[in-house]
Amino acid sequence: MSVLSVENLRVSFQQDGKSALAVRGVSFAVGKGETVALVGESGSGKSVTALSTVNLLGRNAHIEGSVTYNGQQMVGADEKALRKVRGNDISFIFQEPMTSLNPLHTLEKQLTESIELHQGLRGVAARARVVELLERVGIHDAESRLSSYPHQLSGGQRQRVMIAMALANGPELLIADEPTTALDVTIQAQVLELLAELKRDLGMSMLFITHDLSIVRKFADRVCVMKDGEIVEHGLTADIFDAPRHPYTQTLLSAESVGVPDPVPADAPVVATTDNLKIWFPIERGLLRRTVGHVKAVNAATLSVRAGETVGIVGESGSGKTTLALAMMRLIKSEGRIAILGREISKLQKRQLRALRRDMQIVFQDPYGSLSPRMSVEQIIAEGLGVHGVEAGRNKRDMVAEIMTEVGLDPATMDRYPHEFSGGQRQRIAIARAMILRPKLVILDEPTSALDMTVQVQIVELLRGLQAKYGLAYIFISHDLKVVRALSHQVMVMKRGDVVEAGPRDQIFDDPQSEYTKALMAAAFDLEAAAGAGV
Amino acid sequence: MSPLNKRRWRNFRNNRRAFYSLVIFTVLFVLSLFAEFFANDKPILVNYRGDYYTPVFNFYPETQFGGDFKTEAIYRDDEVKCLIISGGVIDCFDAPVEIMSEIENGTFSDPDFEKGWMIWPVIPYSYDTPNTLDGPAPSAPDANHWLGTDEGTRDVLARTIYGFRLSILFTIAVVSVASAIGIIAGAVQGFFGGWLDLTFQRVLEIWGAAPSLYVIIIMFAIFGRSIGMLIFLVILFGWPALVGLVRAEFLRARNFEYVRAAQALGVSNWTIMFRHMLPNAMIATLTMMPFIITGTIGGLATLDFLGYGLPASAPSLGEMTLQAKRNLFAPWLAFTNFFTFAIMLSLLVFIFEGVRDAFDPRKTFA
Repeated sequence: MSVLSVENLRVSFQQDGKSALAVRGVSFAVGKGETVALVGESGSGKSVTALSTVNLLGRNAHIEGSVTYNGQQMVGADEKALRKVRGNDISFIFQEPMTSLNPLHTLEKQLTESIELHQGLRGVAARARVVELLERVGIHDAESRLSSYPHQLSGGQRQRVMIAMALANGPELLIADEPTTALDVTIQAQVLELLAELKRDLGMSMLFITHDLSIVRKFADRVCVMKDGEIVEHGLTADIFDAPRHPYTQTLLSAESVGVPDPVPADAPVVATTDNLKIWFPIERGLLRRTVGHVKAVNAATLSVRAGETVGIVGESGSGKTTLALAMMRLIKSEGRIAILGREISKLQKRQLRALRRDMQIVFQDPYGSLSPRMSVEQIIAEGLGVHGVEAGRNKRDMVAEIMTEVGLDPATMDRYPHEFSGGQRQRIAIARAMILRPKLVILDEPTSALDMTVQVQIVELLRGLQAKYGLAYIFISHDLKVVRALSHQVMVMKRGDVVEAGPRDQIFDDPQSEYTKALMAAAFDLEAAAGAGV
Repeated sequence: MSPLNKRRWRNFRNNRRAFYSLVIFTVLFVLSLFAEFFANDKPILVNYRGDYYTPVFNFYPETQFGGDFKTEAIYRDDEVKCLIISGGVIDCFDAPVEIMSEIENGTFSDPDFEKGWMIWPVIPYSYDTPNTLDGPAPSAPDANHWLGTDEGTRDVLARTIYGFRLSILFTIAVVSVASAIGIIAGAVQGFFGGWLDLTFQRVLEIWGAAPSLYVIIIMFAIFGRSIGMLIFLVILFGWPALVGLVRAEFLRARNFEYVRAAQALGVSNWTIMFRHMLPNAMIATLTMMPFIITGTIGGLATLDFLGYGLPASAPSLGEMTLQAKRNLFAPWLAFTNFFTFAIMLSLLVFIFEGVRDAFDPRKTFA
């Protein structure tokens, strides 16, 4: 008998008097001890499906159909019955561990809350159970960690605490909503391993929601592929991966950035260099703001990029990749030489820099955050022209239309606002904004990380095409090694501000020298926890 | 209108309470702007010997209508009324009331007689018109004075209408100027941060600790009371209200990626502040607006109530409240004031509640 069984589930949201159908007739079941994965791109309704099982959606959601947990009907059940099931029989793990934990409560308080509520344990007994749980999820020295606050833990540890909270009441079903998406690759592998181990030991069932197919393959017994609120294909994991029947599943499976970058001509001029670039943020204390130490964001980064060449910078979060990019753009202070087109820029004044900004542009990670929501697409793309001037004899709107066509957008949409575009289209707008000035150097700060796989592939193609056409120099920052491999000529690996290893693409990927690079490669390409990488 | 604003307008209209409050308030305010046309001690239109006169707009000496004085005609006097209606018959100086009733009955005859007329406003009193009453002032509501009269024999309804208008105009002047200064100051502090911000915060703390009431008393003692001076002083001490809020929004927004992107394009600081960051701060500002507006109206009334506000002749709701307190046996004063303030403030709060919700992107109206 299945633990959770969903039949013909339909969820619609009311807004502005209109009703939008997010889930259209979904049916699936999770058996005892089984892991079922819901796979799909953003907006496919997978999270909504999961949340609606115990009615965690907002008041403007309308749920129809049937969800039974061990034979008990959940749709239309009263709050009291639902509360008994939530957190007790069915537990949740969410994507972002930082925002899922209350920043003002210690670990002990967060964990005891649910234990007291559902199990009635108090005082010493509750505390002992908390310690046991934390040890179970692999937090070392749990006793001394009890009085820590969430911000004192690393991302991986926070996710472990979230898992401990979910396990606190011995749930029968664990619903994990993208539990590893916000984590670095090496930690992602460890957390997945932990989940698999717990499931095996405790005999839980799991509903696993993700967009990452490589996780699914390792992890799930059965897979449901969702698209636009419907399950287009479901079956055993092996079957789906070996012989996908639905065309959408086939696209998903083949969506991987492949190929090699075009070779750089030998006589290509150097566009940008940095020499021992150092970015230290002073820590100031006391009334007189004495500098007592430094946060060493980047130590001695040396790189050089030629026209038509891509330098990939990889590393986990906090390794100083983005800081390095911002310093090269002279958006934050740094020490050491930065030269663009042979001209030293680290000492230039703001006014002198303005003219040079035409040649160096940056594209940011989050296509939702990097476009001003109150400006039309034309205004956004043309903003640089307002500073650097329109080419002689050209009209602003014509130039915007031309660049929009080039990045694969319909110029007729230039009077719309960013919120009317999808994530991929928004990233194209951000690329168009950078490209309209015809720069020589473009810094790409995780341009594909916030996008779905199929869209990532398209953006990588677009970037590659633009590079070939205009001989652009790219500095490509990413934690996604597959994308870096598809785009970069040179690769630089960073860890905690230090350049661990740098060299040509093939050398780094095929024959990594440092332990850290080896661990990164293993995590990215095999999804296996590397021993000693440490959380 | 951009799609975003269209959506906001739609949300606002869906909020029925806010929308109807806006309609009622607009009607009341627009009517009060034309208060001279329906609460005035001068006629709107006069026909005297075939010529038309508009006393509401123009100054006419009494001699214009056959009177003796070169000062402005007092249209409420029986003599002046008689002169206008009769076309300047000299006998009006002796027996105006009799002549007027004869004209009405059609029995009057005189060689100089040429019938004229006057169109009076609905409420034939202005806020400062002294009236002759049968009993002592304040007098209770009756057919002549619908809401009674106050201590100075002036019509309460007329004073309320003018007082409402003055309160709103005063508030608009104070809030618009004070908010503009506050937003710019907060924006500069939040955007540049660092030493500028720290220094300015200290200045604001000192400024906020200044006893504004004393300053108002001292300034009035030196320069004399006037509405202009009061507006200036209230702005002087009122502008920091928004600084903290806008500063916080700017401190947050300067790390947004689209601000970084604009910096990378080489856009100037001022453009970034006003094109990219200010729209974000506007929502927080709008949230505060109802409190600032009601606070300003209440502040004006308080100053008037204490006797440190508008000049004594001005139609002031606060001054009328003081009269109500002094004359507890005349409840029409207290009730009029209570309902005026209650209705005015509630309407404003409802409207801005609706505006704030309409700007909230997460708020939906099913």
